[in-house]
Amino acid sequence: MNKVAANPASVDATLDLLTSRGYLAERALATVVYLALRMGRPLFLEGEAGVGKTEIAKVLSAALGRKLIRLQCYEGLDVAAAVYEWNSAAQMIAIRLAEASGETDREQLSADVFAEKYLIKRPLLQALEPDVAGPPVLLIDELDRADEAFEAYLLEILSDFQVSIPEFGTVKAPQPPIVIVTSNRTREIHDALKRRCLYHWVDYPSAERELAIVKSRVPNISAKLSQQVVGFVQALREQDLFKVPGVAETIDWATALTELDARSLTPQVVGDTLGALLKYQDDIGRMQGDALDKVIKEAVSDPSA
Amino acid sequence: MPNGVETPTTGLIADNVIGFARALRVAGLPIGPDAVIDALNAMQLINIGNRADLFTTLESIFVKRHEHALIFAQAFDLFFRRAEGADNMLDSVPLPPEAKKPPPPASRRVQEAFAQSKNVESHEIEEKNIQLSVSDREVLQSRDFAQMSAEEVAEVTRAIAQMKLPQAELRTRRFAPDARGERLDLRRTLRGSLRTGGEIVKFQRLGRIDKPAPIVALLDISGSMTDYTRLFLQFLHAITDARKRVSVFLFGTRLTNVTRALRARDPDEALAACSSSVEDWAGGTRIATSLHNFNNLWGRRVLSQGAIVLLISDGLEREADSRLEFEMDRLHRSCRRLIWLNPLLRFEGFEAKAQGIKMMLPHVDEFRPVHNLNSMESLIAALSSPLTNRRLDSRSAA
Repeated sequence: MNKVAANPASVDATLDLLTSRGYLAERALATVVYLALRMGRPLFLEGEAGVGKTEIAKVLSAALGRKLIRLQCYEGLDVAAAVYEWNSAAQMIAIRLAEASGETDREQLSADVFAEKYLIKRPLLQALEPDVAGPPVLLIDELDRADEAFEAYLLEILSDFQVSIPEFGTVKAPQPPIVIVTSNRTREIHDALKRRCLYHWVDYPSAERELAIVKSRVPNISAKLSQQVVGFVQALREQDLFKVPGVAETIDWATALTELDARSLTPQVVGDTLGALLKYQDDIGRMQGDALDKVIKEAVSDPSA
Repeated sequence: MPNGVETPTTGLIADNVIGFARALRVAGLPIGPDAVIDALNAMQLINIGNRADLFTTLESIFVKRHEHALIFAQAFDLFFRRAEGADNMLDSVPLPPEAKKPPPPASRRVQEAFAQSKNVESHEIEEKNIQLSVSDREVLQSRDFAQMSAEEVAEVTRAIAQMKLPQAELRTRRFAPDARGERLDLRRTLRGSLRTGGEIVKFQRLGRIDKPAPIVALLDISGSMTDYTRLFLQFLHAITDARKRVSVFLFGTRLTNVTRALRARDPDEALAACSSSVEDWAGGTRIATSLHNFNNLWGRRVLSQGAIVLLISDGLEREADSRLEFEMDRLHRSCRRLIWLNPLLRFEGFEAKAQGIKMMLPHVDEFRPVHNLNSMESLIAALSSPLTNRRLDSRSAA
């Protein structure tokens, strides 16, 4: 039934697929992505901010040629914003018109007013609709920002891929969408939801992989600088900071340094651009003077460099 | 010996996966039968010869919390290294402390209940009983929280049950039907109008949902606080029971999250679970380090939804330095309201002379005594007051 041509046939194929779109994944991540695709299960990705959780969904949709439907979660997100809403103004007009034309059949009126054309479809409902390119990629981003009540609502969608609308009936996806759920762990997500998903903790990449990521994302960076950048960031992650930089910050910083035509890391240039890496004043304050020099020295004289 | 599990994978693999799942379950991971079936299905999709892939596959199905990843990794290592001799695998899996279940701690109360019903006749037995009760008191004074006497449980529970628990409400951004709400509910209005043939008789409304603000308690369990910790734990257990969003951390020389332990219904069971998960009862205090750990590891996870922080400590910190001030400041800035409960405040004419207290004071919204039931009640009144922004003049609130 799931005749989707583009799905990769093995873990290695998945790895290649992601790599072909510039996402250099650890093998473990490729494995869970492959399993999620084959088993038709949602994939729950947890990890610190900036390690590339959201990126996975974007890359998958691009690589498989599917539509990307993104639901950004926030506190107060409700059914009207996430699933569907009725176009009340249009319905009201329809009722007035029916009145004007002397229509009195209530059943008929009800059927007319709660028809699909008055239904405003929000991301979750859109994701259940058939698509010519195959089932879409549904990204439910930063689920930890929504409140628990919404999480409970998701349970039905994630296990049965269907939504019930009281006035309209049940909408069921002919083929389950590819679902990626991400969380930054600002609170724990309920076990009931996690149980329906494959779970994977996305960690910071190894130095080697991060180097490859920097090279592919910032093509005009010199080999020497990229090594120093990665060495510095990796050393920074060892420090006792409130928020250590993620891969996204590494890329930002590498881009900033190339824009500034930096040849190698000096205390001056690092100090000027530290804001691209560290986002808390306390952390920036801590990483100054001797502490900074020490980490720079470590990064510049990195034996692997 | 595959018994009844119909799976195209070879019997040995299926047995291994099932055995492994059982081992993990013993080690404390919540694994349901559906997960095992998932795992068996997934086995058919990957090359099980590849150890790394096998690891990731099983991990993505069996591990649903990052904290469990380490246990899983160790168990996997042990189990699949020597899969041939899988018989006594269960013994070789390293178990986390919570998996080694001790007998339920309520037994002391049961024992006491039985002991009372006995008629004590001879002096010998009486003497023995006296000795027992003296040593009992010693046990209680050593504040091990292992078990509490029936009398104490009754007393404290009664007192706490009489308290009205805090229900300070927070406006959320979600809506629910509410006759006097601020927003028009067009959907329900329309549905209603269909009953009258399109005539709108009544406008339906939506109002914001209120829910209690989350509470995060940081309880000092160092030696100087021993007279109070049990009482506070009882109190925290009561409020954890009554509302959903309460997180409790204990700290002395290190920080321990006991939120889950406190969820147990029975107060004895809860306190026992608490004490078994804490390693530094009645030791020294390292407030700065504990706050640092809290800020870095937990702050973003439990304070993100506008939490009220209760810091219960006497503030007697030996190594009071700028770090303490820094961490207090950070804590203060990341929560809605920081209330410091200090039992030392019960003394008349208490002055903040200790260095640690001086450093912490500028960073709290409220500073109150808490040493008996009365002060606890006034704390509850404070928690129930409407949640406005910080009160800046609260330093003299005592």
